[in-house]
Order: sequence, then structure tokens, then C-alpha cells
Amino acid sequence: MTGPRIEATRGPEGLTLTASGQWDIEVATPDAQAVERAVTSLGPGDVLLYDTADLEKWDSGLLALLLRLESIASDRGAKVDRRGLPDGAGRLLALAESSPAREDARRSEEKAPVVDRVGTAALDAIDEAEESVTFLGETTRALGRFLTGRSRYRKRDLWLLVQQAGAGALGIVSLVSFLLGAILAFVGAVQLQQFGATIYVANLVGVAMARDMGALMTAIVMSGRSGAAYAAQLGSMKVNQETDALVTLGISPVEFLVVPRVLALSSMMPLLTLYSVLMGIAGGALVGMAMLDLSLTTYWNQTLGALSITGLVGGLFKALVYGVLIALAGCREGMRCGGSASAVGDAATAAVVSSIVAIISAAGVFAWVFYVLGI
Amino acid sequence: MTDSCHEPTLQPGEAPHIEVRDLTMAFGDFVLQRDLSFSIPRNSIFVIMGGSGCGKSTLLRHILGLLDPAAGSVLLDGSRISGLEADERQAIMSRFGVLYQSGALWSSMTLAENVSLPLEEYTELDAAEIREIAILKLAMVGLKGFEDYYPAEVSGGMQKRAGLARAIALDPEILCIDEPSAGLDPISSKRLDDLIQELRDSLDTTVVMVTHELPSIYAIGTDSIFLDAETRTMIASGPPNWLRDHCDHPTVRTFMTRGEGEDG
Ligand SMILES: Nc1ncnc2c1ncn2[C@@H]1O[C@H](COP(=O)(O)OP(=O)(O)O)[C@@H](O)[C@H]1O
Ligand SMILES: [Mg+2]
Repeated sequence: MTGPRIEATRGPEGLTLTASGQWDIEVATPDAQAVERAVTSLGPGDVLLYDTADLEKWDSGLLALLLRLESIASDRGAKVDRRGLPDGAGRLLALAESSPAREDARRSEEKAPVVDRVGTAALDAIDEAEESVTFLGETTRALGRFLTGRSRYRKRDLWLLVQQAGAGALGIVSLVSFLLGAILAFVGAVQLQQFGATIYVANLVGVAMARDMGALMTAIVMSGRSGAAYAAQLGSMKVNQETDALVTLGISPVEFLVVPRVLALSSMMPLLTLYSVLMGIAGGALVGMAMLDLSLTTYWNQTLGALSITGLVGGLFKALVYGVLIALAGCREGMRCGGSASAVGDAATAAVVSSIVAIISAAGVFAWVFYVLGI
Repeated sequence: MTDSCHEPTLQPGEAPHIEVRDLTMAFGDFVLQRDLSFSIPRNSIFVIMGGSGCGKSTLLRHILGLLDPAAGSVLLDGSRISGLEADERQAIMSRFGVLYQSGALWSSMTLAENVSLPLEEYTELDAAEIREIAILKLAMVGLKGFEDYYPAEVSGGMQKRAGLARAIALDPEILCIDEPSAGLDPISSKRLDDLIQELRDSLDTTVVMVTHELPSIYAIGTDSIFLDAETRTMIASGPPNWLRDHCDHPTVRTFMTRGEGEDG
């Protein structure tokens, strides 16, 4: 097998490019610098010719090279004579040139000045805020329709969503809450042992889980689990034009898709949180029994004494709010997803990030309000 | 089987490019098609016809070696391509170019990057040469100037053409195409036909194409088979124009004349 070669020779008729050997796309193309210099030296009135008598096999690499050389030649005013090329090669080159470039199609590479970009970013932020408020308004109205029984959705879908957001999440919530309770107990025990007040580990774990940590951990788990899933589901429906198909049927996607998700997650979050509190207490009890030699009944009675109904109800209320926030963030990112598969991934990421930011902000607000109210 | 529906196109003594022998395709217990035997001549435009859901796309996946036959075999230049080891298959895959039914462009890459990826994977060319070839291929399919667009930013027809540019990136020996004209207007679909024919003529490619478009079947198809969904087997084979004039199987007749030969 002879390797690919290309060279240029000057003759009476013009500059002849001689291509020979086997050109194969999987093999590197030969060095063409000498040929390129020769072509660059052409001037008006010169002719570029081809000799391919010894060319055994040609590929797109050759075509791309010839196209580049020809454009150099015609920039210098030289004429190109393609008669020496194999038939197929000539036809393919003609095909590549036959459709005119859409000049308006080409991307402008230049970067906008800083002022421009700051301005655009600010305007985008305003637009986005406006969209968020619109979305919130639409969802509220759709919830109103749901409560008055005029909403269109499928009961089966709602039931499935409730199952996924509820029973489906028990495993991960158990694991995380149990370990969290154990960690809290462990950290507390080390400190409280100094005062010989180890029994108060039960108070620490019980109160922390019931008032804040149970709801917060469940919310963070659910934002990764359900929030991201909602964004991905709605996003891919958007990409497949399934949401458009709903709209053309006269069904509001917010009513049909968003409301059931908000309802499912916000109704399951308090239940999951209650469960998480119990698992946390169990984790604490294990550490109490193993490390501090407390009996199970002592630990349990101490916990019951520490818990207050208002604290627990407050915790469950927080969970409800977190649930609404996660579902809204997930659905909103899904609904504004762009038209491609990678946009779906971006939407899921954005959903998790914005729901965690929302959860933490809400937790801060709750802490302040509950402090002022003295709960 | 009526003999009026089978006309061999392979010359006596000519070796087929691809040969399918007694192929049975099945998903578990569900048999899709049984006992398919046919030959795809070198440098032909081979059309696979049949109703929706009869297994045309699945047959294409068998030819590509992506699915293993329940029985029978697929031979490329006389050697089996089903059930190969991963690295043997890799070597064979670079001889195939595929245009999927949905285009299947990678949405996170620009059109030029889509066309470049096979070149980066399989060749030793440097980045500048790869970009040059990608631009050339996109120009061939009429997408000059759209190199830096993302798939979501161009129309369905343009995505199909970009998919074709990606399929021919490696100057493949065999080009497999699944319903190229689905969702295209008649003018774009005619342009695509011309392009496929031109590529076949100038690159000596063998084209295997699934399509329902009668105009393109008659215009560029040199050979064809017809799969039947009910009997689950091949009921006709031969050049499309010959089948239209000679085959008297009612399903094939209705398909090939769009029902006009029936009551007219
Ligand atoms: N991976 C799969 N598993 C099970 N059944 C499949 C699978 N892929 C396709 N099928 C079934 O095979 C049949 C034929 O599919 P396909 O080859 O795509 O048909 P078409 O002829 O329209 O291209 C369909 O009924 C489809 O449901
Ligand atoms: Mg198909």
C-alpha cells in the first residue's frame, strides 16, 4: 500500500497538483505546506490543474485539502481546472459549493462590552423574577380550581405521585434520619458527660429533631429525590412537545402537571417528617443505650417529657412549607426548560440548587418568627 | 410465496456486500420476523419496506450488529457480524455510517462537533483538519454557515441533514438510513434523495434505507425487500420498479400503488 502524497509542479499550462497513493480517512493526511506555498505564489491569469493518474483511493481529507487550496488560489485571482480530478471527487466538491453559505447564519464571535453584559444580565434577572411571579400566580389559581373541584388532572397520576413522594422515600429518609439522630446523640454525649448530665442527650435529640432537623433533613433529601425528578419529567415533556399537546387540547399544564406534584409532595412531607423524627429518636436511643448505659424506657420517658406539642406541630408545619417550595422549584425549572436533552439536565440541577436555597432561607425566616412568637 | 414477487438482482457469481441468512428476529418470546434471507449487492441503494411496526428498524439494528439474531446470521463480506466481541465490533462499526430515525444528534454539541466526534474517535487527523472535514461534510448536505449552531436551534429537516453529515463523516462503506424523509417537506426530501444518490455514486457507498416514501423508493431504490407484519416474513424482493409492475401480492400492490391500483 502506497501512502498518500501530494506535490505541486509548475508547467507551461499552469501549476499542477499531483495527488497519488491511497488516501484513507483513518490515516493522517500528508504534510501540505510546500504545496500550500506554491499555490500562494499564484497570481491572476495562472491556472491550477490536477493530475490524479496515480491516485489509487481518495477520501474526504483530500477533498477538504483541495477545497482549502482552491480557495487560496481563487483569492489570488487564479483559475481552477478540475478536469484532472476523479469524477466522484469533482461532483462532491461541486455539491459542497452548490448550497450558498447563509451569511446571516454564521455566529458572531465578538463579545459584548461589559456595560452591555451587565445591562442584559439585569434585564434577564427582572424577566426571570416576573416569570417566577407569573408561575406562582398561575399555580395558586390552579390550586384554587382544584379545591373547588373544577381542576383537570388524572386521579391515577396524583395517586402515583403520592406513592413516589411518600412510601417511595421511606428508605432513604430512615437511613439519613437514624444516622442524624445517632450523630446528634454522640456529639451531645461527649459534651454532657463533662457535667454528668448524660440523660439530657434524650432532650437534645428529641427537641432538635422535632423542631428543626427532622423537617430540614427530609426536605434536603426530597429536593434531591423529588425536586430533581419533577424538573426532569416536566423538562423532557417540554422537549417532546408533550406540554404543547396539552395546551392545544385546552388543558393547562400547570393544572394537569404542577398542581398534582405540589399536592403530593406537600401532603407527604409532614408525614415523612414525623417518621424522620421517630427514626432520629431511635438513632439517639441506640447511642444512649450503647454508650451511656441508659435503659430504653428511661430514654423514652425523658424524650416524652422534653417534647412539646407546639414544637412538633411547628416542625410539621415547616415540613409542609418546604414541600411546597421543593415542588414549585422543581416544576418551575422543568416548565422553563429549553428544547434539548442537555437542557433537561440543566433544569434538574437548577431545581435542586434553587430548592435548597429556598429551604435554607425559609428555615432562617422560621427561626426568627418562632423566636419572636416565643414558641 | 408467489414467484412473481421475487426477482434476484445479484448477478450470478457476484458476491453480496451484506448477506442475511435465515434470520429470525425476536424479543423474548415475541417473534417479529422469521426466516429472512436476502442479499444486498455492493453499491446498491437497498430499500427495506413494510408497514409500521413490522420490524424495519429492528432489522437495521441486526444488520448493524447491535442486536443478536434469535436464529440465522448476518454476513458482511462473507463473515458473520453478529455476536462479535466488543473490540471486533468496534473495528466493523467504523465501516458503517448510520442516520437514526430521530436524527439522534448529541444535543450538547454544535453541528460541527457532532460531525467531528467520529473523526476524533477513529482517525489520526489533527483538530484543524477535522474541523475542515466537518465543514466540508456540512456543506455537502447544504448546511454551510450552520457549523456552530446547536441541534435545538435548527429545524427538523436540518437536523436530519446534519445527522447525514455525521453518518458520512468517516466516508463509510455502508450507509444505513432509517426513514430519512419522515417529517420533511417534498422539496427537502427530494434534495435528500439526490444527496444520497450522489454520495452513493461518488463514494461507492452501499446504502441500506428504510422508507415509506414511494417517490424516493422509485427514484433512487435499486433493490428492495418487503416485510409483512401479519405473516411476519418477507413477502417480496427485487427492484422496486419491477415489483410495482409484476408483484401480485395484495399487500405489496396496495403499498406500492398507494391503493390506487385496487379500486381504480
Ligand atoms: N427493545 C424492544 N423490546 C421489545 N419490543 C421491541 C423493542 N424494540 C422494538 N420492539 C417492537 O418491535 C416491533 C417493531 O419495531 P420497529 O422495528 O421499530 O418497527 P418499524 O418497522 O416501524 O421500524 C414493534 O412492535 C415494537 O414494539
Ligand atoms: Mg422504525
